[in-house]
Amino acid sequence: MSEAIKAKVLVVGGGPGGYVAAIRAGQLGLDTVLVEAGRLGGTCLIRGCIPSKALIDVAAEFDAMSKAVGGAHRGLSLGGTPTLDLAQTLRWKNGVVDKLNGGVTGLLKRAKVKVVAGWATFQDAKTCQVRTAGEPVTITAEHVILANGSLPVALPFLPFGGDVISSSEALDLDRLPHSLVVVGAGYIGLELGSAFRKLGSQVTVVEALDRILTLFDAELAAPVARWLEKAGVAAHLGARAKGLDTKKGRHALVVEGKDGEELRLAADKILVTVGRKPNTEGWGLEAMAVDLTGPFVKVDDRCATSMRDVWAIGDLVGEPMLEHKAAAQGEMVAEIIAGERRRFDPAAIAAVCFTQPEIVSAGLSPDEAKAAGMDPLVGLFPFSANGRARAMDVADDGGFTRVVARRDDHRILGLQAVGDHVSELSAEFALALEMGARLEDLAGTIHVHPTLSETVHEAALRALGHAIHI
Amino acid sequence: MAEFVFKLPDVGEGTAEAEIVAWHVAVGDRIEEDQPLVDVMTDKATVEMTTPVSGMVVSVHGEPGDMAAVGSALAVIAVEGAETADGVKAEKAAPQRPESTPVSTPPAPPPAAKPQASPAPVAAARPPAVARIAGAKPLASPAVRRRAHELGVALQFVPGTGPAGRIGPEDLDAFVASGTAHGQSQGQPRLARREGVEEIKVIGLRRKIAEKMQDAKRRIPHFAYVEEVDATELEALRAHLNATKREDQPKLTLLPFLIVALVRALPRFPQINARFDDDAGVVHRHAAVHAGIATQTPGGLIVPVVRHAEARDVWDLASEIARLAAATREGKAGADELKGSTITVTSLGPLGGVATTPVINHPEVAIIGPNKIIDRPVVRGGQIVVRKMMNLSSSFDHRVVDGYDAAAFIQVVKALLEHPATLFMDGA
Repeated sequence: MSEAIKAKVLVVGGGPGGYVAAIRAGQLGLDTVLVEAGRLGGTCLIRGCIPSKALIDVAAEFDAMSKAVGGAHRGLSLGGTPTLDLAQTLRWKNGVVDKLNGGVTGLLKRAKVKVVAGWATFQDAKTCQVRTAGEPVTITAEHVILANGSLPVALPFLPFGGDVISSSEALDLDRLPHSLVVVGAGYIGLELGSAFRKLGSQVTVVEALDRILTLFDAELAAPVARWLEKAGVAAHLGARAKGLDTKKGRHALVVEGKDGEELRLAADKILVTVGRKPNTEGWGLEAMAVDLTGPFVKVDDRCATSMRDVWAIGDLVGEPMLEHKAAAQGEMVAEIIAGERRRFDPAAIAAVCFTQPEIVSAGLSPDEAKAAGMDPLVGLFPFSANGRARAMDVADDGGFTRVVARRDDHRILGLQAVGDHVSELSAEFALALEMGARLEDLAGTIHVHPTLSETVHEAALRALGHAIHI
Repeated sequence: MAEFVFKLPDVGEGTAEAEIVAWHVAVGDRIEEDQPLVDVMTDKATVEMTTPVSGMVVSVHGEPGDMAAVGSALAVIAVEGAETADGVKAEKAAPQRPESTPVSTPPAPPPAAKPQASPAPVAAARPPAVARIAGAKPLASPAVRRRAHELGVALQFVPGTGPAGRIGPEDLDAFVASGTAHGQSQGQPRLARREGVEEIKVIGLRRKIAEKMQDAKRRIPHFAYVEEVDATELEALRAHLNATKREDQPKLTLLPFLIVALVRALPRFPQINARFDDDAGVVHRHAAVHAGIATQTPGGLIVPVVRHAEARDVWDLASEIARLAAATREGKAGADELKGSTITVTSLGPLGGVATTPVINHPEVAIIGPNKIIDRPVVRGGQIVVRKMMNLSSSFDHRVVDGYDAAAFIQVVKALLEHPATLFMDGA
């Protein structure tokens, strides 16, 4: 005999979309159940953003220490070469993940959300059966929030398994691969590839398009390409992975080069990061009479699906597949269910790439503004003219901050930066866009010296034609 | 402080009085030298009066629609003296200032102290909305966007007063308070009753028109006469002239041809090109043809005059009609150009209709109105053919024009228009 639960709100998926929706629903006094088959926290906390940033940070520190070998680095020197105990690094990283996972569990509890651990399969739009460790549980709810997230895309001729890994496995390798081939030069592949390079792996990148990081414009991606080259990461652009040739336990990735030539890239591990797809299979979506649009669940600006009182958020409903978008949608849907009048209309969703150096982008790039029929005013300020960047020794990697504005009324259309530590500029970028700032607003805000944020001020001044420090 | 009395100056044309059309200031307003004070109207010309001094409006005399005599006090303005810290100086200075300055010699501008330095700003008005660029999304912070959505307000309808037209919380409040939000977001049920009566004072040009029309209808026993004209040949000629004209020549409409026809016909009917001073019991028959051209302006009907139409060819007439119409619509026609017509033409152009019964422009005795030209089947030589037909509607003052004469006159005009060559032949 299975247990039956009736609730006001059922949230499926305990990632940053789902758990935020559940907490907010709980705060609003709605009787809420959350179903999660894995660990609370989802891709982001458990096998994505957070653990990768932990590994990237360790790699950066290791890289800095390596530079100090022989006393060549800003007067610092190490007597011997630094060593990496990857197992210990993983334990520390797992500790970080555990802490956040525990935090989410506590927050859900405080919001009086009932958490059911197991795999939910829908029978109809409002009823699902959860396969738990014990008795199956049937949950019926008035409102269903689908937050099933996304999965790494596999290549048919290079299926995941063994030494062909996705980003999830890359974060849990017990041994540092001597050689790593990354298939797909998007932000996930390059973040991890760069980190492994810093830790000591030989890294090669294979990308089918003719440049890296196509999510960002070429100007923003250029400093990253330069670092990869300097760091000895070979990037095969316009090249297609064809399959794996394994002889006596040694792998070679067969690649068709730009000019049709065949390349064989030796590799201990092959990291496939060619994108992510919405998780729409294996949990009874087809039984819910919910419309799709392309691979995604179709929603309106309130995240309502085609089925009454079924809502969908996060990676499941489309690009950008970003934690902060999912969380914002989750919060909104909970409030709509509680009777508030809301809609999802952000002015901008900033995106960050933790490569070397980092990239941040919010709003329109100059090319996007032109494509939208505008004649944008662009102001660019290089890190080479910023004191803090100099003091941190990050002034010479080609970093800059760029502002894009309308020429006629100076309203800001987009803000981008590339350079070490620029991810933290994302807050000012997003706020400026959400508040409808004009160039004069950024120019009229006193920015703290000495910080990287001064480059934002100067970029705005430059767009207005009177930058001070350049 | 001195008080300056603004008196209605003689605004020209020897008028003794003028009508107040609109006040640009209210009691208590601070005004600057040369700022518009009041609009007054005389004989169809509206004049904007500016203040020769800066100061505070103490009183205004007369409502829009009232008549004010030349020389009568229109407004009293407290002129600020040199208001230094204590203000005593200004008090002392006052008696030396002309107490009531004749309008023709405006006083010297008030000394040094700039009006900005003075206290008492006028009631805090909302800043004006800043125009947004067409097609650009409305700028507003997330909090404002959210509240607007909760209220069901579409932000593109909300005027923003911030930089680049940014909509602040206060703009949204003002929009909601104005009640505009309700009408546009909820819409009106399709068959709702409408309530309320709007009261429009008949003043200014509209009053002039009303008086003139009433006067014409009261004094003149009108009779109307409508005849049809085959304009096929005239239209062919007109099209040809327009197609072959020089760059510097105006486009020809029907009106110049009609006026040429009148000019040709009128010498045989001197009683029709006349002005009837019915108070004196005298008809003035004019040798010259001064053709009034009824012209629609934003403010209402005005009739500028083409002088000496008999001395102009069609091109000259077309230029003059175009110039007068433009000047009249822009309110720039001089008083001389708005009076003295001996006969009037009234054309509604493409709105010409089938027939009209025009009202005579008193003290004239006739008015001619061409109606719309349309392709109509007519019988010619036992065959039904399609011709460009136009009706000519006219009204005459039956006191001095007999029906027989009027009909004969229109027949002559008709013959001239149907055989356009005769328009340009002497002795025709």
